[in-house]
Amino acid sequence: MNAHLVLMDGSVFSGESIGAPGHTDGELVFNTGMTGYQEVLTDPSYAGQIVLMTYPLVGNYGLNTEDHESVRSQVAGFVVREACDTPSNWRARHALHDYLAQNKVVAIAGIDTRALTLKVREHGVLMGTLTTDETPEDALHRLQNAPAYDDQDFVYRVTTPAPYKWGRYGMEPFDAPDTGYARRVAILDCGVKWNIPRRLATLGIRSYVLPALTPANEILDLDPDGILLSPGPGDPARLQRVVDTIRELIGKKPIAGICLGHQLLCRALGAETFKMKFGHRGCNQPVKHLPTGKVTITSQNHGYAVEPESVRQAGLEITHLNLNDNTVEGVANPDLRLMTLQYHPEAAPGPWDSRPFFDQFLKMTD
Amino acid sequence: MPVDRSLRKVMVIGSGPIIIGQAAEFDYSGTQACRSLKEEGLEVTLINSNPATIMTDPETADHIYIEPLTVEFAERVIAREKPDGLLPTLGGQTGLNLATEIALRGILEKHNVRLLGTPLSAIQAAEDRERFRDLMREIGEPVPESWIVESAGELRKVAEIAPYPVIVRPAYTLGGTGGGVAHNPEELILIGERGLQLSMRHQILVERSLIGWKEIEYEVMRDGADNAIVVCNMENLDPMGVHTGDSIVAAPSQTLTDFEYQLLRTASLKIIRSLGIQGGCNVQLALNPNGSDYFIIEVNPRVSRSSALASKATGYPIARIAAKIAIGMTLDEIRNPITHTSAAFEPALDYVVVKIPRFPFDKFPTGDRRLGTQMKATGEVMAMDRTFEGALMKAVRGLEVGVSDLRYLKAGRMSPMELENAVQTPSDERLFFVAEAFRRSWLVEEVQGLSNIDPWFLQKIRNLIEMERALLSQSESLRKLFLGEMNLFAEETIALLRRAKEMNFPDRFFATITGLPELKVREARKRAAIVPAYKMVDTCAGEFEAFTPYFYSTYHGSHDRPAPEKPRKALVLGSGPIRIGQGIEFDYSAVHAARALKKSDCYAIILNNNPETVSTDFDISDALYFDPVTLEDVLNLLEYETGESRDWREIGVIVQFGGQTAINLARSLQGAGATILGTTPDAIDLAEDRDQFERLLSELQIPKPPGRAVTNLDQALAVAEQIGYPVLARPSYVLGGRAMEIARSRAELESYWSSAVLAMPGAPVLVDRYVEGQEAEVDVIGDGERFLIPGIMEHIERAGIHSGDSMTVIPPQTLSESVQRKIIDYSLRVARAMKLNGMMNIQYVLEGDEAYMIEVNPRASRTVPYLSKVTGTPMVEWAVKAQLGIPLSDTAPVIQAYSGRQPIAVKAPVFSALKLAQVEVALGPEMKSTGEVMGIDWTYPAALYKAILGSGIGIPRKGSALFTLADQDKPEGVRLAAEFHKRGFRLFATRGTARAFQRAGIPVIELPKIGHGSPDLLTYVVEKRVQLLINTPSADRRAELEALQIRRASVESGIPCLTSLDTARALLMAMDAQEELECLPMTEFTRGITPSRV
Repeated sequence: MNAHLVLMDGSVFSGESIGAPGHTDGELVFNTGMTGYQEVLTDPSYAGQIVLMTYPLVGNYGLNTEDHESVRSQVAGFVVREACDTPSNWRARHALHDYLAQNKVVAIAGIDTRALTLKVREHGVLMGTLTTDETPEDALHRLQNAPAYDDQDFVYRVTTPAPYKWGRYGMEPFDAPDTGYARRVAILDCGVKWNIPRRLATLGIRSYVLPALTPANEILDLDPDGILLSPGPGDPARLQRVVDTIRELIGKKPIAGICLGHQLLCRALGAETFKMKFGHRGCNQPVKHLPTGKVTITSQNHGYAVEPESVRQAGLEITHLNLNDNTVEGVANPDLRLMTLQYHPEAAPGPWDSRPFFDQFLKMTD
Repeated sequence: MPVDRSLRKVMVIGSGPIIIGQAAEFDYSGTQACRSLKEEGLEVTLINSNPATIMTDPETADHIYIEPLTVEFAERVIAREKPDGLLPTLGGQTGLNLATEIALRGILEKHNVRLLGTPLSAIQAAEDRERFRDLMREIGEPVPESWIVESAGELRKVAEIAPYPVIVRPAYTLGGTGGGVAHNPEELILIGERGLQLSMRHQILVERSLIGWKEIEYEVMRDGADNAIVVCNMENLDPMGVHTGDSIVAAPSQTLTDFEYQLLRTASLKIIRSLGIQGGCNVQLALNPNGSDYFIIEVNPRVSRSSALASKATGYPIARIAAKIAIGMTLDEIRNPITHTSAAFEPALDYVVVKIPRFPFDKFPTGDRRLGTQMKATGEVMAMDRTFEGALMKAVRGLEVGVSDLRYLKAGRMSPMELENAVQTPSDERLFFVAEAFRRSWLVEEVQGLSNIDPWFLQKIRNLIEMERALLSQSESLRKLFLGEMNLFAEETIALLRRAKEMNFPDRFFATITGLPELKVREARKRAAIVPAYKMVDTCAGEFEAFTPYFYSTYHGSHDRPAPEKPRKALVLGSGPIRIGQGIEFDYSAVHAARALKKSDCYAIILNNNPETVSTDFDISDALYFDPVTLEDVLNLLEYETGESRDWREIGVIVQFGGQTAINLARSLQGAGATILGTTPDAIDLAEDRDQFERLLSELQIPKPPGRAVTNLDQALAVAEQIGYPVLARPSYVLGGRAMEIARSRAELESYWSSAVLAMPGAPVLVDRYVEGQEAEVDVIGDGERFLIPGIMEHIERAGIHSGDSMTVIPPQTLSESVQRKIIDYSLRVARAMKLNGMMNIQYVLEGDEAYMIEVNPRASRTVPYLSKVTGTPMVEWAVKAQLGIPLSDTAPVIQAYSGRQPIAVKAPVFSALKLAQVEVALGPEMKSTGEVMGIDWTYPAALYKAILGSGIGIPRKGSALFTLADQDKPEGVRLAAEFHKRGFRLFATRGTARAFQRAGIPVIELPKIGHGSPDLLTYVVEKRVQLLINTPSADRRAELEALQIRRASVESGIPCLTSLDTARALLMAMDAQEELECLPMTEFTRGITPSRV
């Protein structure tokens, strides 16, 4: 089956459909990771986005049952140069095609993904639509009337409808006992990746994963040792209710923020965020830890960033900077027991170099 | 940390001659590192014995010593130059071993020199297996069970308890020399004992075999502030058990999940941190294909062949960055020169890279083609495309092994049983056998069961065969399409063609299946708008704007950018993979050709596919294309570089500086309408076509050995009768003396015909009288009207030994004035007749006072770097300028000649016979050497001494020498033996030789033939009871069988084996040198050169 990727500027890329039939709209973004497509597909932060993998061969090792980052596929659409229909890996359970079709993801292969990447780099991210059932002209017309990515709330779509717990045996009902855990952490789920509670569990931490709109008092009633603000999709400026909740929590508990969680925490203290031209998505972003001067290669996935000057005015210390473009990659306020990272210490996909972040968080909850 | 300002002068050790396991990649990394150091304002001193390197060019370093890589010479350089620091990790294993020895002997302390980069303790911890294992256990990284064995007794004990199969690896050797897989105690003892002998430490490692596990490599970097990154990971198509240098390799890894990728990445970084590496490092790991367990196999604490490959595969200049780390900089301070962002990042690829090794078995038909832990490849090609199939097909057609796709004559003829065996056994040909298995519809699972190759790779090969099948079944429609005939299914045919081109099936494939000329296919393909797009290698998958013009082609999608408009452009064709007969010397020429273009304000484009080279470094040319060097790829590139509005013939193609690879394309390029710069293809044919060449010589009244071109055995025998034996027989188009033989009798000529000639049916064979005189050669530069001969090179060994395997000296030591005048006169006559524009090389054999011209190579030859350096003549630059139309007389100064003291420079060949089991080591008309060294000094003996020492032959001053000589060599051998006796050598000889010595009154001990007594001849060699073997090959085949065994034994026991009396005489002369050796930079040796106008 043919598929077309039609962009807001009218350009059309035609290829082969490798997923579900139908059409889908989203912001076109590219990810430069050479592995990790399963984690990307299931990362809630990609909600509302059509994700293009710059590495041309995708699906080589199939999809397995262990490496999911959430309960379902999250991307709005998926774009690859070539999809492998005969995966090879001892854990592989599904071929990419099958997974995409089963999860109703509209996806396209056989297009010049590098040309598209260069277009996004020059132009910045832009809305696009993937379609298997329309002419490109019809699709463009529909796209022009569709809501823009920036105008939508995705967090409320991806957050868990009900609280649950996570521990050394994985996901558990919220009424599961907490015996045997040294610490308990509340994760405010704006689109959490499962590898966050997984990493915490390896440190003996029990996670309470809570819906994004859980009020501050309910969170404090649980009396967690710390609070972790999760990553998630979309513009942090649209999440005023969550920001208000966080403001109430600051100073009362140690708080860590990751990605969107970092942006929300900054906003809660009055800092500003802005939309980047095409964001950071991949596994190779160098970040410098300012207090030690050490550089870490990080896994990233964000289209918004915090404005450095406003961060300082908000009383936060910038602890991490991106070496490529000097964007803020982490802030802290030891007095308020706050620490955040713009990038993903939980990796999945990407380097494991930042795992010590969770140890530091654990220490902060002492 | 910024550059350490207490450093002002840094010394770099090069890797010496090219041998298997240590090739041009170290010229690439060394050159890059030297430039990187100079960029930071440091003064660079360099020692390297290999003259055929860009590294030893005056532009690369400040003080260049072309001296043997021994502790003595290195110390003399240190004493003279007083460097502040020594950088040991850029010269391969040779450089690292030498640096280690210098450090251990306290020489660095004595001269107050700091070891830069990775500390000595880390080098030792990585190189010493036991210390490495202890460290791995300490940090909790798994290593396979293994035993260190240091004696035959220990070996026997281990043989009883080892879990077979086991792998044997000797410590401190190059490219895994002497290793192997043992399946039972007997094999273990056999391989183990040889390994013990070969190890510098008399130490071997016996370890659990992980055959069938995935072999994965990580190229990592770490700086002094503990920042560590991965530049690239690679997955070997051949699973564990085949040396990574002999494996087909893909980058990045293809079958690893993110979890597995990060698991091994994390382990690699942990290891280099625990070792304390400061610079580049290579980590090899084995991953269970059916689980998440892995083992650490090996760590190379230096830049390596793999790091060169990783640099070219990603665009990330590892050696350049490693050099900056060594002088104190940190990764975050260093800029990625490609994207101008920080060097502290990990490259992201948006293409697939495939490397295929190039093996020397075309030269060594008796060699064992099976692959194991001992490396056998001489070179490699790399290819990039957006699909694995495309990259693989590009690599195959760039290999220059007589195939342009996966069809392989030998495979098609195999019985099912033979094929099964061939798929099971790793060999240089296995890719083609696997393809054949799919051609016979074997299942992926079956092939996997036999080969252990991951099904992902097998499926890709199968895809190619499926496409091959589809194309063959559609050959009629394709033919119609190419002929432009009406075809009902034209659209389907075009769609099929497009899919096939996306997999990079070459135009030549379509030409062969339709019986049409390749250019016809090309035209039709272009009519169907199937043309390649050029994509940039930018280290970042397009995320950032890149500034490096480094491209590859792909038959899908659109160009990254239009080619830049320039007033004048020229394309230099590279020489492809390194092989015997076409080595690093040709890359030297290509690099200089590109530089000459840049100097002449001409936009310099390079096309090459060899990742080990300097020519494929991103800043040598104005635009680098990493693609195969074939007609299709050259024409595509020319059309792209010209742009829409101009005529692609405006870009001149330079074919003289890429060895035979490039010159062979001249004719077909011209046929396609391309503009060839320099000597015309017609004139090239004057030299390459034997009939035309002979006519030319007789017209010019230049003598040549009598002989004729023949096409059948009867003619050959008739010619031989007429001119008299011995005769030299060879096919008319030869490279490096392939299939060339001296026949001393009718029977030998017949046997040659049946073995060598029938393999290449139809090609004319030359039968010439074999003149056993001395040989000489010249390189000539010309602009069409004026010509220049920088110097005459005299060969030390007589005719009959390939010029690439002879020792050579400049200036001539024994040639008479009149012979030299004749050589110059004849050379100029030919140059004039050919209207030489650019460069050529002419070979002579001398008899009495006559010089016979035996060969003209209408291109830059392997002597160019040597001659350029010794005469101070920028030969390539002048030749290229001539090709651009600048008259030689304008390229002032036109002559550089010695008016002051003139040094003597000897070039000596270096062989890799040790790596290739079962190959003949005696010198002959077939070239066998893989590399060369130069010895330069004020006297001939001193130059000989340095050359011989540099080539790896320890010069024995006393001890025992074993002679076994052919009858015709005995009279002369007696005189030589007397000389050895006079110097106090004890002489041993086989019966006939001993008799000859005794008759001359020379004391000699006769040794029994093999098996005719104990200890016999072989025992003496194997047990190293002699220090030197002088054995000249005879025509007696039975005697030769024994001699072959002795020669192999000497190679494997590390005893110098000289097979020419001329070499032996040179060695005698070198023994007299010791007192007068001077160790000086090249600028001192060549100080006496004064430019002058003619």
